Amino acid sequence: MRVRSWMGVALPVIAYLLLVAMPGLGQSSSVYKAPRTPDGRPDLSGIWQAMTEANWNLEAHPAAPAAVIANGAMFAIPPGAGVVEGGEIPYLPEARKKQQENFASRQKLDPENKCYMGGVPRSTYMPYPFQIVQNPRKILFAYEFAGAVRSVNMGAPTDPPADSWMGWSNGKWEGDTLVIDVKGLNDQTWFDRAGNFHSDALHVVERYTPRSPDTLNYEATIEDPKTFSRPWKISMPLYRRVEKDAHLMEFKCVEFSEEFLYGHLRRGAPQGK
Amino acid sequence: MYRRRIVAAAGLMVGIATLAVAQSPVAQKPAAKATSTKVSDIPRTADGKPDLSGVFSNAQSIPIQRPANLGEKEFYTPEELAANAARQRQAAEVGVHYDTSQFGLGAGQAKYAATLRTSVIVGPEGRLPALTPEAAKIQSQRRAVTAEHQWDGPETRPLAERCITWGFEGPPMMPVGYNSDLEIVQGTGYVAIVQEMIHDTRVIPTDGRPFSGAKVPQWMGESRGHWDGDTLVVETTNYNPRIAIQGTPISDALKVTERFSRLDANTILYRFTVDDPKTWVKPWSGEYTMTKIDSPLYEYACHEGNYGMQNNLSGARATEKAAAAKKK
Repeated sequence: MRVRSWMGVALPVIAYLLLVAMPGLGQSSSVYKAPRTPDGRPDLSGIWQAMTEANWNLEAHPAAPAAVIANGAMFAIPPGAGVVEGGEIPYLPEARKKQQENFASRQKLDPENKCYMGGVPRSTYMPYPFQIVQNPRKILFAYEFAGAVRSVNMGAPTDPPADSWMGWSNGKWEGDTLVIDVKGLNDQTWFDRAGNFHSDALHVVERYTPRSPDTLNYEATIEDPKTFSRPWKISMPLYRRVEKDAHLMEFKCVEFSEEFLYGHLRRGAPQGK
Repeated sequence: MYRRRIVAAAGLMVGIATLAVAQSPVAQKPAAKATSTKVSDIPRTADGKPDLSGVFSNAQSIPIQRPANLGEKEFYTPEELAANAARQRQAAEVGVHYDTSQFGLGAGQAKYAATLRTSVIVGPEGRLPALTPEAAKIQSQRRAVTAEHQWDGPETRPLAERCITWGFEGPPMMPVGYNSDLEIVQGTGYVAIVQEMIHDTRVIPTDGRPFSGAKVPQWMGESRGHWDGDTLVVETTNYNPRIAIQGTPISDALKVTERFSRLDANTILYRFTVDDPKTWVKPWSGEYTMTKIDSPLYEYACHEGNYGMQNNLSGARATEKAAAAKKK
């Protein structure tokens, strides 16, 4: 009896000390530790998707009509609080003008409408899932939109042999964060549907950090001295697709872009375009 | 100058072929129902399964279908193989229309796995089986429509010209005329296969789960994998019936079974069976060896760079316009 009553006082005190007064020893640690792969790295594999309005416009923006107003509310632009740290993309003055021209002609110019690959980082936050397949030497990112794919080299970094739409990715681990350095991006992609663009000097460094069993923190630092006055950063969570038997499907959108791209060349189309 | 390069390239190919023939007899004859290929020097993942990861060429020096004059002959002798290569070399010297070797796309520049087979399709026939009457009808109907409407617009152009599928992704994955390369990235529970033409990626679950049952056909079908000893068996159904395999339109009944067996650090034996009872009167099977290459995959941005479609259609319109003007 005496022992039990002693424990009745001591145990809560000890628990308090362990869990609250001496942080780091108990379960209240705020840094999530993801399950490990066989080679001891955070396991990022699975199907992920962003849930932001970034693909409409990286910067904060109000709701607005569709680019083609007659298309109605289905294609209107939803409001977004923005994913750019600091709020504004630090364009060089001439480049900001170009972005505004892009925006005015976005229906015609946006590569997404032509089913062109989304590039980096746009492919991450287009509103479609992507899958990560991970092993010690390579981490593969397979995107649904236009069947875009990236094979991230986890060994000694290599140089891009030529520019490409999805760039050339070299990855490494910094603690529990996967850091991917992307070079060799061509100048053909946009960052979003608002005409935010870049040159072929674009250099992106991404960071993927597990924050909970079903979410990742995603950050991308964007550097392009031909377009921006300084590097800038976007960040957002990525959410795991947890439904039973979640799987990537093919979004082979080429055939849906053909009328847009070649309609004027059909037999019987009004000529003189 | 070009001739010398072709001769050198062909000679190199023969050299690689004969070298490999001399050194690795395993790659020549098929292992009969090799379910227990417990080769101990193959790379393995932490769970003990063979690691199929790597970048490979599946270019072949043999045709898909056996030349008719060879009848039931399934294998060459090493002497016959060398004689063939010499004959091919001589044929290549006669006039070159496009020297693709200047772009690294020459036939002699790909890395081929050595083989003594006479064709990718195995068995006494070594050729595609006959079509069912229904399939023959569909094929001739499609050809008739194409012949009449082939320049109408993008929809009547071949899928490869539209950059929708290249026509060799299958599955079964077939050798492509050039850049016949693929990358396999194996992770826990999945094997991803990226074929360079046209960067199509199959992400195959390997935990033996059943098909999703989703009534949404996929261009490359829906694949499910499981391990049978050291062999990865992948079954694929739910194909988009707009594709063709070996030039033959397929049906929604198509089912393909693939078997991947890593033979050593540099090679994977790839075997497949195509079963579409609405299209071919019986299933047909093939096999070939994929060989590891030192280069990475390169991005083939087919649609993004598709000037061909633009040029073909505008050329067709210009031809029509000129013909119409002549009539006046």
